[in-house]
Amino acid sequence: MKRFTTLFNALDSTTRTSEKIAALRAYFQDAPPADAAWALWVLSGERLRRSVSTRALREWVARRSHTPLWLVEECYDAVGDLAETLALLLPPPDDGKSMPGPEGAGVARAATHGEKETPPLHKVMEEWIAPLRSLTDQEREERLNRSWDRLRGQELLVFHKLLTGGFRVGVGKKLVTRALAETCGMDPAVLAHRMTGRWDPTAEAFLQITSPDADLPDPGRPYPFFLAHSLDGGPEELPGPPEDWLVEWKWDGIRGQLIHRRGETLIWSRGEELVTPAFPELAEAARVLPSGTVLDGEILAWGPGGPRPFADLQRRLGRKRVGARLRGEVPVIFLAYDLLEAEERDLREQPLQERRRRLSALLEAAGIGSDPAVEPASGVPLALSPPVTVHDWAIAHALRDTARTRGVEGLMIKARASTYGVGRRRGPWWKWKVDPLTLDAVLLYAQRGHGRRASLYTDYTFGVWADGELVPVGKAYSGLTDAEIREVDRWIRRNIVDRFGPVRAVEPELVFELAFDGIRESSRHRSGLALRFPRMARWRQDKPPEEADTLEAARALLRHSRGEP
Amino acid sequence: MKEPLVQVTDHGLFVPAADLYIDPWKPVDRAVITHAHADHARGGSGRYLSAQAGHDVLRVRLGSTARIDTLPWGERIRMGSAHLSLHPAGHILGAAQIRVEVGGEVWVVSGDYKLESDPTCRAFEPVPCHTFISECTFGLPIYRWPTPRAVFGDILTWWAGNAERGRTSILFGYSLGKAQRLLAGIHLELLDQGMEAPGPILVHGAVHRLLPPFHRAGVPLPDVLRANRESARASEGRALVVAPPSAGGTPWIRKFGQVSTGFASGWMRIRGHRRRRGGDRGFVLSDHVDWPGLLTAIRATGAERIGLTHGTTGPAVRFLREEGWDAWNVPTRFEGEAGSEAPDGSDSGEHETEGQEDA
Ligand SMILES: [Zn+2]
Repeated sequence: MKRFTTLFNALDSTTRTSEKIAALRAYFQDAPPADAAWALWVLSGERLRRSVSTRALREWVARRSHTPLWLVEECYDAVGDLAETLALLLPPPDDGKSMPGPEGAGVARAATHGEKETPPLHKVMEEWIAPLRSLTDQEREERLNRSWDRLRGQELLVFHKLLTGGFRVGVGKKLVTRALAETCGMDPAVLAHRMTGRWDPTAEAFLQITSPDADLPDPGRPYPFFLAHSLDGGPEELPGPPEDWLVEWKWDGIRGQLIHRRGETLIWSRGEELVTPAFPELAEAARVLPSGTVLDGEILAWGPGGPRPFADLQRRLGRKRVGARLRGEVPVIFLAYDLLEAEERDLREQPLQERRRRLSALLEAAGIGSDPAVEPASGVPLALSPPVTVHDWAIAHALRDTARTRGVEGLMIKARASTYGVGRRRGPWWKWKVDPLTLDAVLLYAQRGHGRRASLYTDYTFGVWADGELVPVGKAYSGLTDAEIREVDRWIRRNIVDRFGPVRAVEPELVFELAFDGIRESSRHRSGLALRFPRMARWRQDKPPEEADTLEAARALLRHSRGEP
Repeated sequence: MKEPLVQVTDHGLFVPAADLYIDPWKPVDRAVITHAHADHARGGSGRYLSAQAGHDVLRVRLGSTARIDTLPWGERIRMGSAHLSLHPAGHILGAAQIRVEVGGEVWVVSGDYKLESDPTCRAFEPVPCHTFISECTFGLPIYRWPTPRAVFGDILTWWAGNAERGRTSILFGYSLGKAQRLLAGIHLELLDQGMEAPGPILVHGAVHRLLPPFHRAGVPLPDVLRANRESARASEGRALVVAPPSAGGTPWIRKFGQVSTGFASGWMRIRGHRRRRGGDRGFVLSDHVDWPGLLTAIRATGAERIGLTHGTTGPAVRFLREEGWDAWNVPTRFEGEAGSEAPDGSDSGEHETEGQEDA
């Protein structure tokens, strides 16, 4: 735990990538595999299932620190991060300042507490945290009090981060993978592949992942997804003629990998979650493919003749079991973009053109055509994501303008010669989204942010006018510059009119242009509307609140996006 | 009910019995100044009263023409129907608490204060009173300071590590008070550890011009050089540079080559603030009272009525009430959660904001 805390501090105290890599390398060189496995696991974004409720945690920390619960909440509001708040509140056993007392009292206490080192990371995870799940609340509190007795300083923060799950320390999977690959002298792409999907944080798994010539025994392992960059200008800026590029619709579903290997079929989402149980008909459909096949594609809710809104698909997500009724109400389809593996051979180094040719042939051989609009009729909810023919970029512009009425997000433009890489790389693949919809809305409520922006008011709720009243239409927390955020934060602090828990109501004065990708009806919101991916496009300092948009204008956007007059 | 001895007016805290303002926000005839930080000591008033120990730094702030009277620690004078005396607050050199007594009733206004040891000023002295008006910049239990020695130890380790990698260490702290405390603390820690300094110590001009009052007061300061192109070049990669936060992110910093930056402030206790400052290291070192210190100080005064001012006072007021005190909020000129304006230190935007209020 001490070693891991040192790593945490090193990562937390620098913004330089080179220093982060150096800290990670130093850690992986020294740490025993059992610890390194857990470190790799949590730093690449995995988390244990929550073992205690945050509500109970607050109560126990309140009790231990002799702080009233309401004051714990006030502290949380000021810090913005629960794990950190709790760590800051717990009285340190060894600094002698926990309660005002004579000088030296702390030293005496430190002597009785100081002899025991905190156990290594894997013991903390496996013996302190994981078992909590199966205990009663009373037993949990006792166990935690014993843990708190032994943790010191920054270890408390790290412990609470591990306990509550959210482990953000400015290091992503990509960086950890790079550092670990450098440590063991491996190709980062190979390492990334081995770390994709589910693996258990054990010493054995870690050794297997990092062994230069280990076999890959797991037939369920997906490939790391290759991601596209946003195209901000137009495709005219891309090198080469349109013929060099494959154009497809950018479907509005979830990206997935469909795997059929050795009699097993699995579906992984882009977030590397196993989503097979949510889409049993897709797992079944994969059986028509030969064994040793991996497809990259999009999972969509699909109605007669076309895609259905993302909100429909959401009803299927995260389910352990999907009944016949929901399957009937929200039929789904897998539209294949790419062929990553055929006949158990990794095809990612072949050009896209060739992979697509084999994909078409494979689907055809399985009795699946290339038009998704007619395909579900064959009974197999699986089809090719059809290429869009573009000989002239002007046509691409025209097609992109029809995206919203087609229920797609825009166009994908991929170099026909491109290999299938790892992660997001600039150049070969582009997503060209339709211009967002916009509304000018008034800031109504603010809440503090998280991470780097904890303690600043950065999460905002906006409203538009309806019958002389401002009705909330959406929340947004991105799009402003750091300087703007600070300025808005200061304004908010001077203009608070009401408080509800962590939420602050402010004078309805500031107007922002909200940009969003879609709009739909929603009975869950007072406005009757829900925005998709809203963000702040601009701070309209030129606009008084009276000139913000109306609910009627928002409804017009909804009608327009459905192709209605 | 009797008239309060100290009242909030649009010019600041007013003592009617002495016809005197404490740290007024606007010019008045007679002002008593707790300490020389910018948000406590403003120019333009007719006559100023300060602690003798604080005269020199106050003079730097107010200029040569200001009329400043001084009082030795603890000496009582009569003003109108009030007895007035000044007592060490432990905040910065010459920082005073103000004791006002009228007809046997005693009020104490703390100004800014801390309980931690600080070689640059006299330690805080609890003054028994009936009503205590205390600052509350850090009025939440999450604010609990580590011992200053531990912090100076961390600073030395950081400096030595940077020097090893050929990086100049730039340590930001407000130029009046915090900067000198850093210099003295580092100096004493080096002596204590019997350690050789990893390089020379340089100071920004704003810090440099405030050193003489500290020398005259006998504060143990190390030998320092004024930071300029020559001294920067001669010590590049080894030096420790103490500078006001406003110098961060300006071209001034470029002359030091490869740098690592640190910031010393109580706000550094919170990770969000540490990361938002954008620097490499945050050191938790404050000249304000922390939560345990606040409760200790309040108990030590024996006061029954507690006015809290500066910062987010709401939670502390409620807490004290629940614990049986008669507590209330004393409004300051900055409404809302004004304390949060300090961590950025960016409000003034000036280059040499000497004496800008630190936290
Ligand atoms: Zn001050």
